[in-house]
Amino acid sequence: MNTRLVEVRQKVLKQNDLLARALREQFQDAGVYVTSLVSSPGSGKTTFLEKLLGRLAVENRVAALVGDLATDNDAARLARATSQVRQITTGTICHLDAQMVQNALNGWNLNDLDFLFIENVGNLVCPSSYDLGEDMRLVLLSATEGEDKPLKYPTIFNTADIAIITKMDMAEAAEFNLEEARRSIQSVRPGMQVFEVSAKTGRGMDEVVDFLTSKRSSARPVSIR
Amino acid sequence: MHELSIALSMIEGVLEESEKRGGMKVEAVHLRLGVFSGVDQQALDFSYGLACEGTQLEGSQLVIEKVPLLIYCPFCATERAAQSEQQLCCSICSTPAASIVQGQELEITALEIAA
Ligand SMILES: Nc1nc2c(ncn2[C@@H]2O[C@H](COP(=O)(O)OP(=O)(O)OP(=O)(O)O)[C@@H](O)[C@H]2O)c(=O)[nH]1
Ligand SMILES: [Mg+2]
Ligand SMILES: [Zn+2]
Repeated sequence: MNTRLVEVRQKVLKQNDLLARALREQFQDAGVYVTSLVSSPGSGKTTFLEKLLGRLAVENRVAALVGDLATDNDAARLARATSQVRQITTGTICHLDAQMVQNALNGWNLNDLDFLFIENVGNLVCPSSYDLGEDMRLVLLSATEGEDKPLKYPTIFNTADIAIITKMDMAEAAEFNLEEARRSIQSVRPGMQVFEVSAKTGRGMDEVVDFLTSKRSSARPVSIR
Repeated sequence: MHELSIALSMIEGVLEESEKRGGMKVEAVHLRLGVFSGVDQQALDFSYGLACEGTQLEGSQLVIEKVPLLIYCPFCATERAAQSEQQLCCSICSTPAASIVQGQELEITALEIAA
């Protein structure tokens, strides 16, 4: 049978990219700064976010979306820090996409928010392909999961903007080699900025708060709000 | 594993393109897949076959062109191959990459359509 070759140029995730772009514009117009969090399961996203929300909420209006395969436990935990929390239950899907974010935002007035956080499903592979329209993507790596995670998952480190090393209070017990972890990060993502935190002791949390606050003021100047 | 989601998005895109061209049977789909796209080739191959079942694309072939990683080296002031996926620095002078210029592709480039 004869076939002819027809050239097409289409990004496979075109629909997601278009929607993410629309979300990004919407966030910009509303003046809300959007940060997403990715990590392997259990690296401490929810704990870190709960503490971060608590600190930011003193001077800002904050909200969070949290993706989870099956439960709403994380949303219940975050609700201790802000009343504006919504769960995105993904079922069998191992990542969030822009459509899920858009659906979850339904009914919220983004103009009433300064910061929105999106906790992705715990997974270092799948979330890397999906733009959520966020301004900033944080990748978390805990002191208890090994220094070479970045080498094993270089792609996700390259879709993220900032790395956060969590559970630093456990570093000694886990014989965590901080220098090696930093080297791995720089190897897969030269120049990446890294924060060291412990949600438990509060170490490093103020630096993250200051960093996000300054990012927000440069990305969302007061004059246009 | 998100390759099934990716395969479903692909099928949607291909059917849209083939309809624009008269809806003839698509025999093969050509895909450019960056080694740094976050998508696993084997898993995608498998998922594609599965996702095509019961659609007009059932039995179609997936032809994957792997796209290697290229970075911009600020020292050489040009595009270079990266040392490896784990070492994003210049394969010639070892300077850390300033940016990734190729290797994140996930795009349909051509369709083989029954003539
Ligand atoms: N010691 C210590 N434990 C922590 C810290 N942060 C989180 N943990 C613990 O690590 C475990 C997992 O934390 P979570 O915050 O639920 O992790 P997560 O990344 O949200 O997990 P998933 O959403 O399931 O992927 C919990 O038992 C936390 O108490 C920390 O800074 N120090
Ligand atoms: Mg969590
Ligand atoms: Zn060079």
